Amino acid sequence: MTTTSTPIPAPRSSGGPTIVPTVSRNRRTTRGNTELYGWLFMRVSGVVLVALIFGHLFVNLVQGEGINAIDFGFVAGKWSSPFWQTWDLLMLWLAMIHGTNGVRTIINDYAERDGTRMVLKLALYTAFVVVVVLGTLVIFTFDPCPANSPADLLPSFCTA
Amino acid sequence: MTTQLDDSPGTSSTPDTKVGAIPSFDVTLKIRRYTPETHGDEAYWQEFTVTVHGTDRLLDALHKVKWDLDGSLTFRRSCAHGVCGSDAMRINGRNRLACKTLLKDLNPSKPITVEPIKGLPVIKDLVVDMEPFFASYREIMPFLITTGNEPTKERLQSAAERERFDDTTKCILCAACTSSCPVFWTDGQYFGPAAIVNAHRFIFDSRDEGGTQRLEILNDKEGVWRCRTTFNCTEACPRGIEVTKAIKEVKRAMITRAF
Repeated sequence: MTTTSTPIPAPRSSGGPTIVPTVSRNRRTTRGNTELYGWLFMRVSGVVLVALIFGHLFVNLVQGEGINAIDFGFVAGKWSSPFWQTWDLLMLWLAMIHGTNGVRTIINDYAERDGTRMVLKLALYTAFVVVVVLGTLVIFTFDPCPANSPADLLPSFCTA
Repeated sequence: MTTQLDDSPGTSSTPDTKVGAIPSFDVTLKIRRYTPETHGDEAYWQEFTVTVHGTDRLLDALHKVKWDLDGSLTFRRSCAHGVCGSDAMRINGRNRLACKTLLKDLNPSKPITVEPIKGLPVIKDLVVDMEPFFASYREIMPFLITTGNEPTKERLQSAAERERFDDTTKCILCAACTSSCPVFWTDGQYFGPAAIVNAHRFIFDSRDEGGTQRLEILNDKEGVWRCRTTFNCTEACPRGIEVTKAIKEVKRAMITRAF
C-alpha cells in the first residue's frame, strides 16, 4: 500500500500557511529473505571469527618463541601449508563480509540522503572488492622461496 | 496518604497546612513550540511557570498553561487517563504519556522540557502528523484473517493460547515506541516497533490464519531486520509491553519459517 502525502491545512487558517509533512513513507515493498540471511550471517560469522582470530593470535604471538618468531620465513612456512591457507582465506572472507555488512547497516541507519548513502556504499563496496581480491590473490600465489634471496631469511624447506 | 508527599523534595507546604490538604509547588515547563501562523517556520522554546498540586500530572500543568496563560498552546489529549494514547510526548527527553506522568516524579526543581515526539512531522506545537505511523500499522493488516465458513459459535481458544500474545494486545497506538526508535528517526521508512507489536498480536493468535502473510510483509528491507535492539521502545512503552521481545519473537518465527 502506498500513501501519498498531501499538505495538511492548519486548523482555522484558510488561506494561511499549510504545513507539508517532512517525512513521508515513499517505500516500495522490498520483501525477501535477503535481510534475514544477512542478519543470520552476522551472528554465525561472528562466532566463527572469534575462534579463527583467537587461534590466529595464539599461533602467531604466543606459541613457541611468540612474537619474536615472526619474520618472512615464519609467514612463508605457514602459507606453504594448505591448512593455514584455508584458515587465513576463511578469516579474510568472513571478516570482510562481516565488516562490510556491518558498515552497510550503519550507512543505512545514519545516512539520511539517498545521494550520501549511494556514495558511501560505493566507496565501501570498492574497498571490499579491492581488499578481498588482493588478499585472496596473495594467499594463493604466494611464493615462499623467491629466487636469489639470502637463504637465512627463507623458511627451512627452501633448497636453492 | 499525604504525609509522604509533604516530605518529598520540591514541595513547599506551609507549616499551617490543613490536615488532608494537598501540597502545592511551582513548576516551570519548557515547551518546544511550533506556531507557523504567528512565529514563522522555526520552532522555539517557551517557558511557563505554573503552580500545581503534588498529585498533578504533566497533563494538568499543560491544561493550566492552555486555560490560564496561553490559549494558543496546542496538544492532543482525549481520555486523560492513559487509555486513548493521544498525549504521547517527549518529556525530559523520554517518550511518556503526559496523563500518566506525575510532576513530582520529574524533579520539579528544574524546568521540565516538553517536546513533540520525534520522527513524525510536527503540525503545531506538540501535535504531530500520525499518518506515517498509521500507514505502517495498516500495512501489517491488524485484523483477524480466517478462511472457510464462519463458525456458529465463538472461535475457541485455550488460556495458554491466549497467553501467547497477551502482552502485545495492550498496545494503545500512542506512537511512543516508534517515535523513540533511532532507526525510525533516520528516514521514517522503518515499519517501527508499534506495527511489529500489532503484527505479533495476530501472528501468534491461534485463531488467525494470516500469519504467513504478515511475516512476509515484515520480512522487508524496512521490516524487523532493521531493529538494532536498543530497547528504546521497551523503555518508552506506557503500557509496559516488552516491545523488543515481541520483535525478537517475530524474527525467530521468520527464521524457523525459512529453514
